[in-house]
Amino acid sequence: MTETEQPFLHIDQVSMTFSLPNGASIEALKDVSLTLAEGELMSVLGPSGCGKTTLLNIIAGFLAPTSGQVVLNGNQVTGPGPERGMVFQQGALFEWMSVRKNVGFGPAMKGVSAAETRDIVDGLLETVGLHDFGEKAVYELSGGMQQRVALARCLANDPDVILMDEPLGALDALTREKMQGLVLKLWKETGKTIILITHSVEEALLLGERLLVMAPRPGRIHKEYRLPFADMGVDADLREVKKHTDYEPMREEILSMIWEMEEEIMGKKE
Amino acid sequence: MLILAIYVSIFVAAYVIYNTVAGGMRSRDGYNARKTVTFGDESAVTPNRAASIISVISIFLIWGAFTGSTLTPVHVPGPFIGDTSFTYTATNAQNQTADATVYVRVRPISDTFTKPELGKQTQTGFAKDDAMKVGAWRSGLLRAQNNDEGGKIKGYRVTAIDGQPIAPKQSVEVTDGVVNMTAKGSLSFVPYQGWQMEPIWLPAPEAVVRRLIEISRDGYQNVTLLENVGWSLFRVIMGFVLGSLVGIPLGYAMGLNNWFRGWFDPIVEFMRPIPPLALIPLIIIWFGIWEKGKISLLFLAALWIMTISARAGVSGVNITKVHAAYSLGASKFQLLTRVIIPNSLPEIFTGARVAMGVCWGTVVAAELVAAEKGAGKMIIAASKFQQTDIVIMGIILIGIIGYGIDILMRKAEDVLVPWKGKS
Ligand SMILES: Nc1ncnc2c1ncn2[C@@H]1O[C@H](COP(=O)(O)OP(=O)(O)O)[C@@H](O)[C@H]1O
Ligand SMILES: [Mg+2]
Repeated sequence: MTETEQPFLHIDQVSMTFSLPNGASIEALKDVSLTLAEGELMSVLGPSGCGKTTLLNIIAGFLAPTSGQVVLNGNQVTGPGPERGMVFQQGALFEWMSVRKNVGFGPAMKGVSAAETRDIVDGLLETVGLHDFGEKAVYELSGGMQQRVALARCLANDPDVILMDEPLGALDALTREKMQGLVLKLWKETGKTIILITHSVEEALLLGERLLVMAPRPGRIHKEYRLPFADMGVDADLREVKKHTDYEPMREEILSMIWEMEEEIMGKKE
Repeated sequence: MLILAIYVSIFVAAYVIYNTVAGGMRSRDGYNARKTVTFGDESAVTPNRAASIISVISIFLIWGAFTGSTLTPVHVPGPFIGDTSFTYTATNAQNQTADATVYVRVRPISDTFTKPELGKQTQTGFAKDDAMKVGAWRSGLLRAQNNDEGGKIKGYRVTAIDGQPIAPKQSVEVTDGVVNMTAKGSLSFVPYQGWQMEPIWLPAPEAVVRRLIEISRDGYQNVTLLENVGWSLFRVIMGFVLGSLVGIPLGYAMGLNNWFRGWFDPIVEFMRPIPPLALIPLIIIWFGIWEKGKISLLFLAALWIMTISARAGVSGVNITKVHAAYSLGASKFQLLTRVIIPNSLPEIFTGARVAMGVCWGTVVAAELVAAEKGAGKMIIAASKFQQTDIVIMGIILIGIIGYGIDILMRKAEDVLVPWKGKS
């Protein structure tokens, strides 16, 4: 591979084995390889325990894989860094800071001037629909609003890749649908590369330009899809997207795939 | 026992009366009022303010009733105070009898008073009237036969009191007390003691208030009240601040570094269960009994509590917050100052509240052992002179200040860590 052909994000033969205190070991990931181009939106789906979070933590740099490597923009990942932004399910905001301080955290760490930080924060609060909430304490906000803050905080750092681990998992169905729209809007507006983990098939379909289905024991890539729904959803109502003729059969296919895996796991346990 | 019974009956009576009187007026709008399940629902149990007020008032009423306070309308019977008398019948060596009267004056022991006048003598024959003075709650000894004709002759003896026969080691009830006869035939008069407490056991509330005013104006043993309390507070604050200055960084180090954790864990875990008071003897040997010793003791009392709370504060940080901060580009130092320290503040405040409480208790105890000035020193000095009113005033003051410290700490917590318990 020459310099110019190098992929934007390359996950190269990544394996992760956890050794348990009782001497046994778990193969959370086995030989996972994957490349992402700049600006792609990929959702990752799979039964719980198939290694989604582990994969994301390796990309984020929180875990070092037992073998293989992650290369972003030609640099091997060895630890967390501001070019890879994270959005967690919940509990990652800093309660002792106002909404504004939370969003401006990344720029402040980099030493960006106060005035510039202010402009960045104002713009992002506008984008996520929280312009009136800058001075509020984060614990005063609803769960959906807190996730908006988390998205804005991540974007304030202008990362190359955004990694989201079930970012909408703790929200109620209605808020969740609104937030799905917001994620699509941000994706289109910012052109960011996004990896989004979810356990909801619908969310994976709607928010995945590419959809990766993972299988457990050992954790591996089971199947990959390219989907049109994310592009449609950028301008249209998500409920309209669900009426598309390809949507329902697709959903059925993936759902039964996951079901089969779940049943297999149950079988193995017994 | 009687006091306990009275207290329980006030509790029950107040409850019944409150419910019949206030039952109709209670608001039916509140959410709790619409709950049908309240027994077992912790959130439905709120302290009844009326009960709190009645509780405090009834303690004062009982206190007043049993000390003859002028502030309370009803009292249990007090000791006999006044003049009284009883007659005795003496039998001489010739087996003749004669009667005489003993005049007794009973006054509080704090008064100076004289024996009653004998006045018109009513005695018949060889027995002669006597006079004696007795302090309330005390007894008086009288050898009635001493002034009688032939009273010193062997065989002369008192055989009856108020017409009731008496012999050595027996007693007879008279109008305002009891007359006992000693083995040697002397009379001992014990005036009626009533149910009230003697002031040296328990002074009346107003006596305590009077003392408070007097001592805050004039001081006690040349030390003003403000100085006494101020010294205690000063020691607490010094010990607490020093303990925090060492304990909090130590706790952080233990929460962040394996070596520190391993090194100090055995020390902290060993020192934690030792009550600070158990260290007093050693502290006295090492640092002496004065300021250095007391502040060292309070330092140790605060140190472990603050260390443990800082350690818990660091360990309690949610790993996603740490991950988030690193992903936003924070350095280790920035993580410490922007995330770990603020995140640990609620734990540290909880620790600080406990530490201040423990320090306040410890300082009073340490002052009881040795001090020149301080709240504890004041009450131990007063107790040596049986100035119970000062002792009680001191105890109430210590309680109020301890409570005040806790309220202040809680207010500070509300202002400084408003996010506590909200993540
Ligand atoms: N720190 C760890 N120690 C041991 N086993 C772990 C650890 N983290 C994850 N695992 C195991 O690895 C597997 C994958 O976990 P995870 O990546 O969290 O799955 P998912 O996010 O898909 O639900 C699971 O079987 C889990 O039990
Ligand atoms: Mg997971």
